[in-house]
Amino acid sequence: MALVEVRDVVKRYGPFEVLKGLSLEVEPHQVVCLIGPSGCGKSTLLRCINGLEPIQGGEIRLHGDRVSGPGVDVNALRRDVGIVFQSFNLFPHMTVLENVTLAPIRVRGVPKAEAEERAMTLLGRIGLDHKAREYPDRLSGGQQQRVAIVRALAMEPMVLLLDEITSALDPELVAEVLNIVRDLATDGMTMLLATHEMGFAREVASKICFLEGGVVHEEGPPERIFKEPASERTRAFLKRIIEAGRL
Amino acid sequence: MSVEAERAAAPAAPRKGLVAHEPCYDASARPPSVPVPPVGLSLGALATVLAVIAATFWAIAAVRRAMAAAAIESVLADALLYGFGALTLLLLLPATASVRAARRARAALPADLVAARVETAASRSAAGVAVGYAAAVLVVLGVAVFVIANDAAVAKTFVFLPLMRESFWLVFDAFWTNVYIFVIAEILVLIWGLVVAIARLIPGPAGQPIRLMATAYTDVFRGLPAIICIYLVGFGLPLTSLPLLGNWPPEWYAILALTLTYGAYVAEVYRAGIESVHPSQVAAARSLGLSFAQTLRFVVVPQAVRRIIPPLLNDFISLQKDTALVNVIGAIDAFNQAKIVASNHFNLSSVTTVAFLFVLITIPQARFVDRLIERDQRRTRAGSG
Repeated sequence: MALVEVRDVVKRYGPFEVLKGLSLEVEPHQVVCLIGPSGCGKSTLLRCINGLEPIQGGEIRLHGDRVSGPGVDVNALRRDVGIVFQSFNLFPHMTVLENVTLAPIRVRGVPKAEAEERAMTLLGRIGLDHKAREYPDRLSGGQQQRVAIVRALAMEPMVLLLDEITSALDPELVAEVLNIVRDLATDGMTMLLATHEMGFAREVASKICFLEGGVVHEEGPPERIFKEPASERTRAFLKRIIEAGRL
Repeated sequence: MSVEAERAAAPAAPRKGLVAHEPCYDASARPPSVPVPPVGLSLGALATVLAVIAATFWAIAAVRRAMAAAAIESVLADALLYGFGALTLLLLLPATASVRAARRARAALPADLVAARVETAASRSAAGVAVGYAAAVLVVLGVAVFVIANDAAVAKTFVFLPLMRESFWLVFDAFWTNVYIFVIAEILVLIWGLVVAIARLIPGPAGQPIRLMATAYTDVFRGLPAIICIYLVGFGLPLTSLPLLGNWPPEWYAILALTLTYGAYVAEVYRAGIESVHPSQVAAARSLGLSFAQTLRFVVVPQAVRRIIPPLLNDFISLQKDTALVNVIGAIDAFNQAKIVASNHFNLSSVTTVAFLFVLITIPQARFVDRLIERDQRRTRAGSG
């Protein structure tokens, strides 16, 4: 059974339809990369799966349990589905350690000492334990994004959604963030990521989904999608990416 | 092949007309700008300064005559007056410096353009400093002349020292009533304003009636003049003889009325602060599984409070000043006490004491908040700060 099942999801902002009956599956331990032009609905899809945006049609299932529509405990859903944003969104008035321990303490009810110990272990893994008492504004973009990943991981989610997490970073900081994602993939974390880093997608993805026009236009293993895309539109998109020097 | 070699080997690309023509590098076509030494300006500044110094010593003489007439002359006062006069002589420094720099600039032309520019700029800025300070001195002189005009009528009416000394403790003790009212009211306003602000932000259809009530409350009490609110509450509630609200001391009614009025303002300040926290912060908090209330408590309100301290302080200073309005319901605050003294002596000096007291308590508050903001920025902002 797929861990995340997205079936015929429709999402509208007023009269503007972003997702037009989109379907997608993520198996456990899979890394699924969403690629596609700006405005194709990659971020919107991730926000819908996390329950940050209500959907107007179709359904989303997590581990077989329906998590979209009325009556769903979105707080419970979000405990199991972590999301990392393009703009980090760390809490500026809290130290790194407080950022990471806030949700475990307040949502999961983990004792403070235990949460901090776990947070320090995680921060140690990404080499930022010496920054635990600093405020986010003192960290570089790459460091902030790594903390944001750890903040999501501290809730021990079943699946991690990554929304263009390197797009706001200076080029030389991208690698340190991608390395963590690579490590997570090796550790077997199930991930669904929207990205413009095609080289990275090609390397870590189990499956590539090309989104266009509010649906998954083409999907398949990275070797096939990047080498011999079946659809003309996928080809055109990849050609533009290559022209921009991104692949 | 290296990138450079590749570029060199590639055939020249056809020009597309983005660069219209070769830029003009000819120095003679772009002559350097020649500065105009501000001789007139610097001489004007010098003349202004001399006139102001003359006026200062004339005013000092006038003030001393007035003090002699009031029999309050003293060595200390003389020292202060002449000290001020001596300070105005310092105006000559920038004025003469400006004149000299202007002359040097003229001497440097046309041989040394750079030196002429430097001296011209120095002359202009020195002239500016001289005129600016001279204008400030002129304002001080104006105030002094106003105070001693017509046989020191202003001074006697507003700052008649014997009466101020005599009534000071009476007024000062009554000022505690103002302090009592605004301290309690500020605490209540902080709590009440936050309650109203959150009531206006409760989401969903269930929150609709609460939102409407909160909106109606802020609309009414922001529009209602504080003095009318105090009047209605302070005289109205006792008339109702209600069991719990009917017989409070007037100070309590004042606190209630001011809390109602300023609660509306402060609720709006809170709301602006809460809405200024970027929605992505809420998204991040909610995505971690925090509930709406937890998100407000741990993420939104702490950030909002930091931002609203300056506008909040403005409202508090305003509230403190409005405690003087409680005299309309007969509470004996500093202003009311001073008015009694004033009408007994037919002199407003005791009211001036109240004015001083109000100004005196607001200044340290403003400085305190400046420091709070600075400290917070040092703590959370990047850099060595």
